[in-house]
Amino acid sequence: MNIICVCGMGIGTSVLLKMNVEQAASQLGIDADVTTADIGSAKGAAQGADLILTSEELAEELSGASTPVVVIDNFLDSGEIKEKLQEAIR
Amino acid sequence: MTYASISTALPDEVFALDAVADSWRAALRIAGEKLTAGGFTTSAYTDEMIAAVEQLGPYIVVAPGIAFAHSRPSPAVLRTGMSWVRLSSPVEFGSAKNDPVWLVIGLAATDEQAHIGVMSQLATALADPGSNEALRVATTPEEIRATLDSTKSPQREGK
Repeated sequence: MNIICVCGMGIGTSVLLKMNVEQAASQLGIDADVTTADIGSAKGAAQGADLILTSEELAEELSGASTPVVVIDNFLDSGEIKEKLQEAIR
Repeated sequence: MTYASISTALPDEVFALDAVADSWRAALRIAGEKLTAGGFTTSAYTDEMIAAVEQLGPYIVVAPGIAFAHSRPSPAVLRTGMSWVRLSSPVEFGSAKNDPVWLVIGLAATDEQAHIGVMSQLATALADPGSNEALRVATTPEEIRATLDSTKSPQREGK
């Protein structure tokens, strides 16, 4: 599945999130292609994606997207990311 | 491409340990000044980091107490590097879940790749309760670099 991690600039927090999402996906046995995007290009990039992961502040900006958006509170908490990823793919 | 390491990305000049800031703007200003002191950015980058939060909100507060202040690659970025601002008193950024912030990490990147290894080490160290505590109480840049360097990064193993 295609997962996009979205942050404001596409180089900072989304990179952090991507690392933890890749780890969580591999632990869950999900074959995931994880990419990053900034908020400006995220809506376009979302069209080819199965899931968007981002922070609460940016989720509102993406609310129009047809792709499901999952809000992550703590980008460093692999437990939270794993749990929410598992829930999203059920 | 040259990949940054902990020692090149975090030289002594970029640390502010137990800095005093009365607002998130003041905290980001210190993070920007330290990036400039490290030779990583021009002072214009500080304003770019502050503008990013003004526009997009406090999304840079990625975990309880921790903000990753940054903008994007621009002419204001001279080299890839970071700054480390530990606040003497935590500051509110307006984050619903992760306030107040005790650590502001400034990030300047020339491209989307060079800082990934260092970010991975930082993420692993900050997520580990033992290392996190060591980073809170460390008294010198040397101790902080040693803690970050001793943290194994699972994402990079086997790649």
